[in-house]
Amino acid sequence: MNLLTISGSPHVHGDSSVKKIMYGVVIAMIPALIVSIYFFGIGAVKVILISVIACLFFEWAIQKFLIKGKSTIGDGSALITGVLLAFNVPSNLPIGIIIIGAFVSIAIAKMSFGGLGKNPFNPALVGRVFLLVSFPVLMTSWPIPKPLFSSFVTDAITGPTPLGIVKEGLKSGETVSHLMAQLPTYTEGIIGGIGGSLGEVSVIALLIGAIYMLIKKIITWEIPTAFLGSVIIFTGVLYLINPEMYISPIFHLVTGGLALGVFFMATDMVTSPMSSKGMLIFGLGAGVITVIIRVWGAYPEGVSFAILIMNAFVPLINKGFKPKRFGTVN
Amino acid sequence: MKTFKLGGVHPAENKLSESQPIEILQLPKKVFIPLAQNLGAPSVAVVKRGDEVKVGQLIAKAEAFICSNVHSSVSGKVTKIDNFITQTGYKTSTIHIDVAGDIWDESIDTSPEIKHEIKLSKDEIVQKIKEMGIVGMGGAAFPTHVKLMPPPGKKAEFLIINGVECEPYLTSDHRIMLEKSEELLIGVSVLMKGLDVKKALIGIENNKTDAIRILSELAVQYDGISVYPLKIKYPQGGEKQLIKALVNREVPSGKLPIEVGCVVNNVGTAFAVYEAVQKNKPLIERVVSVTGKTLAKPSNLLVRVGTQISELIDKAGGIPQGTGKVVGGGPMMGKALVSIEAPIVKGSSGILVFDEKEEKRLEPQNCIRCARCITACPMGLEPVLLAQYSENEMFDLAEENSIMDCMECGSCHYTCPANRPLLDYIRVGKNKVGQIIRNRGKA
Repeated sequence: MNLLTISGSPHVHGDSSVKKIMYGVVIAMIPALIVSIYFFGIGAVKVILISVIACLFFEWAIQKFLIKGKSTIGDGSALITGVLLAFNVPSNLPIGIIIIGAFVSIAIAKMSFGGLGKNPFNPALVGRVFLLVSFPVLMTSWPIPKPLFSSFVTDAITGPTPLGIVKEGLKSGETVSHLMAQLPTYTEGIIGGIGGSLGEVSVIALLIGAIYMLIKKIITWEIPTAFLGSVIIFTGVLYLINPEMYISPIFHLVTGGLALGVFFMATDMVTSPMSSKGMLIFGLGAGVITVIIRVWGAYPEGVSFAILIMNAFVPLINKGFKPKRFGTVN
Repeated sequence: MKTFKLGGVHPAENKLSESQPIEILQLPKKVFIPLAQNLGAPSVAVVKRGDEVKVGQLIAKAEAFICSNVHSSVSGKVTKIDNFITQTGYKTSTIHIDVAGDIWDESIDTSPEIKHEIKLSKDEIVQKIKEMGIVGMGGAAFPTHVKLMPPPGKKAEFLIINGVECEPYLTSDHRIMLEKSEELLIGVSVLMKGLDVKKALIGIENNKTDAIRILSELAVQYDGISVYPLKIKYPQGGEKQLIKALVNREVPSGKLPIEVGCVVNNVGTAFAVYEAVQKNKPLIERVVSVTGKTLAKPSNLLVRVGTQISELIDKAGGIPQGTGKVVGGGPMMGKALVSIEAPIVKGSSGILVFDEKEEKRLEPQNCIRCARCITACPMGLEPVLLAQYSENEMFDLAEENSIMDCMECGSCHYTCPANRPLLDYIRVGKNKVGQIIRNRGKA
């Protein structure tokens, strides 16, 4: 008989794996991917492909030539970053800019920290924010979404996002009820068809993905609940104080990248807290910062900044909010 | 249905041998009986080379408080007392006996008749259990009489009987509950009298519905014994988890179950107590599950203590081609064995055979901070953090984060998607922190 293997217990392993989790997220992004292609046409296909290929390339090249380790592009995390970055930019973004974004996401925000699991900030968001502050005009001129079959040339017409309209309108002294006429309806926000980045176009498509991830236990309820809850309560209070100066919570929920950020980026396990309590605090903080930026900040949209700021607090939150130990009071 | 709240996992049950009745393994030619079979101090040999012994004769005596007597499991001649490989992986002092015939000590009642009437008093019961060398049969092998003597000022309220058998593969407790139901319940009554408690709760996981049914029906005839089906969740057989599940009390960190008025014993132990107290039979044999997907005949065997593991595997169809690992105990907490020449001891609940493919550990990847280990930990710890502290020798932080509360159930390691050997690191850390704490006591 051969020599027996000696190892510590346990001697069996569950069927979870990093790959399964990552590809689970990829599957969850498919509905939003389809909707974005439907509304933004060939431009969306182009942005997604370039972003994904660039992200995979940078991860492969850095792993091979700088880290000199085993290739990690198969684990699915670079693919997620690629799709998420594409979801966070407009469909008419030039190819070169997309590649810069992919480089910042993968090379700077992820690989320079040591690769998957070591990055403190969400790579796709770092890439997006980098592009937003570096190329503000390109990043904020949005093609007006048109369903695929009505026209292939959507790139020509551009317009501001609903959040942009509100921000500019309120700044110039207009009232909410006056602005509402220029805005898409809530139904459009939920089903799809409002201006913005690729992945922001349909709340319902994102929601389907989120439900899938919840069922598959890829994400947990804490962050989405705390994030959405705090946005609703904060904007709700403002709305009740003065509905002519502050737009309703429902508008905040269905516009911009809130759903995308809440379900796909705030829940990123690498850059969010570990304990249940910690996740609630994280979501709460992200929600509050989002509203502050949206209502009083210079940018119309604050989800990306909010999540990145909270990412920075994760080590502190992990330290401060431990799980309840068995057999102790507290 | 009751269960514990915090953490837990649900590994594939793989109870391959659950419908195999208990078979008696033929007498071995030689037995090797280690002196250290229980948690605590080893016993001291009272026989010497050349002595003739009978089945049930005392061969090693408990000299310390947390220690238990050892009896000969066979009749024959002591050939030597020497180091021999054991399931711990170390060679330890072992009594070697050549088997001749099967002559039992006259004081043992070997009749098949079930004795219901409990004649001994509370103190006599505890004394008898001590004399007969009974230890916890679930695996930890803690001397049972010590559990029956609560420290001054503490009083047991509930006797909790562990019929959970939450380890995958293992079925020995299940078979005892089915085949020795009456003896088991009498054993529980004996323990209740020994502990002076009015209530005993038997917890059984819901994958053993036949055992739940049979014991619930029979328990009606016994005062104060009730049977509770439990939702299937590992590690429900951990005593703190079982107490939480059955009576919803939390044993404080670093304390024993008696702190919340509970004493936990395994069903196998209760059966051994029956035999010891009612039939005057020392703990010389036990039921062992021999199992594994590649074994021809996964079985439940009644085995004399000291029998070599290889004999059990032979009975179950022989060691399969391509065996990579043999585990003493269950797959979650059992110990990988260095050699199948090692003997069965009082605490051996199962022998598990894995082929080379099953035993392969997957390559560890970077931690993705998914926190699944934290969700899975039944003690509310942060395994990822404790493993990091241990790996980086930050033992003060490990202690601060309650590393000593870890019971090594393996749920963290089992659930980790990055295949990180979390428990390996935590074990190292516990060892070191334990040392530091002991040294602090000395200073």
